[in-house]
Amino acid sequence: MVAAIQNDADLRQRAWDAAAEVVDPEIPVLTIADLGVLRDVTVHDGCVEVAITPTYSGCPAMNMIALEIELALQRRGISDPRVRTVLSPAWTTDWMSEDGRRKLKEYGIAPPLAASGRRALFGELAVACPQCGSSDTEVLSEFGSTSCKALWRCKSCREPFDYFKCH
Amino acid sequence: MNMAAASIQVSETPLVLYVLRRADDALILGHRLSEWCGHAPMLEEDMALANMGLDLLGQARELYSYAAQVEDSGKDEDTFAYLRDVRQYRNLLLVERPNGDFAQTMMRQFFYASFADLYWRAMMTSRDMTLAAIAAKSEKESAYHLRHSSEWMVRLGDGTDESHRRAQVAIDELWAYTGEMFAVDDSERGLIDAGIAVDPAGLRPRWLGTVSRVLREATLTLPSNDWMQQGGRSGMHSEHLGHLLSELQSLQRTFPGATW
Repeated sequence: MVAAIQNDADLRQRAWDAAAEVVDPEIPVLTIADLGVLRDVTVHDGCVEVAITPTYSGCPAMNMIALEIELALQRRGISDPRVRTVLSPAWTTDWMSEDGRRKLKEYGIAPPLAASGRRALFGELAVACPQCGSSDTEVLSEFGSTSCKALWRCKSCREPFDYFKCH
Repeated sequence: MNMAAASIQVSETPLVLYVLRRADDALILGHRLSEWCGHAPMLEEDMALANMGLDLLGQARELYSYAAQVEDSGKDEDTFAYLRDVRQYRNLLLVERPNGDFAQTMMRQFFYASFADLYWRAMMTSRDMTLAAIAAKSEKESAYHLRHSSEWMVRLGDGTDESHRRAQVAIDELWAYTGEMFAVDDSERGLIDAGIAVDPAGLRPRWLGTVSRVLREATLTLPSNDWMQQGGRSGMHSEHLGHLLSELQSLQRTFPGATW
């Protein structure tokens, strides 16, 4: 009995470690653990189930991420893993790890401003340029190359950059 | 004759019908926005319209999947989207309105998003856990759509004479389709009483407050005529929806069961 529980705990940890290494196909410097997309790993009767949550309802990367998780677990010898999508609680950028924010900035994407919350209808944001650090920036487009990003420009170094939207 | 191409039957219990109505709103408006892809007045707006369409498509998928789960007769999200005929669609007439010019597209978005923002926020406390979870995701997306379309209202209304004129025409043409968002029929009344649905009529004062405030800033005028057109919720659609569906469903109707 004790051995069985220990086996489940080991299996769960191995599955978590494998799933945590899967990267976001759109932002390959971030793992799904950095993003907070990886929510839970459970083991029932030796069967592993990984729970993930979408960043945005229509995020097309979710199917790819689910497939990558299955492959990553199978590579670690975990047979027939299942991936389940959960909606609640709703994903928020508050779940992004500090390490994830740092990696995002180094990659050239401004990380989301610290705390999410309902923005004013015509709210103002001060996003620092990930290239030169200047806060003299302006929004070019509320929507960017993926659902989770907006397009900004730095007025100091003149470089355009992606901003990971606060959500 | 290939039976797979025939339209399906849906057991419209109050909850299935309720979920399908919201799913159809999201799918049809999302499809309308997708029609702009590659045609928007500027690159940034092309991305914006496609992104908003994608959010709506994601909401539709969650809702259709839930309707399939509740109905429990072997359907899935695709069955509802691809194999129902026009009279089986239950979306608001507002969302099936043709795109028209950019002002009309953005006005339609503004009217819908200003409602959806309030609606989904209220639905976060639904006693139905799945609807509450879908609401918590949709609420954040709707807030962003409202912000984007509100900024356009001001830019168009308080822009040039021509943009102002077009924005005012859009209001006058679409206003009569806004009333359906707040209508309730008997099948929904039970769900409202059970705490599963919210009473949309209770949201209208705040909706009107937001709409009035933004349009005033945009120097635009709301019509004084309050006669409202309804029909979409019971399957009585304009001629435009059939044309939209013929494109949306063409692949599954022509090659039933085709997969990628």
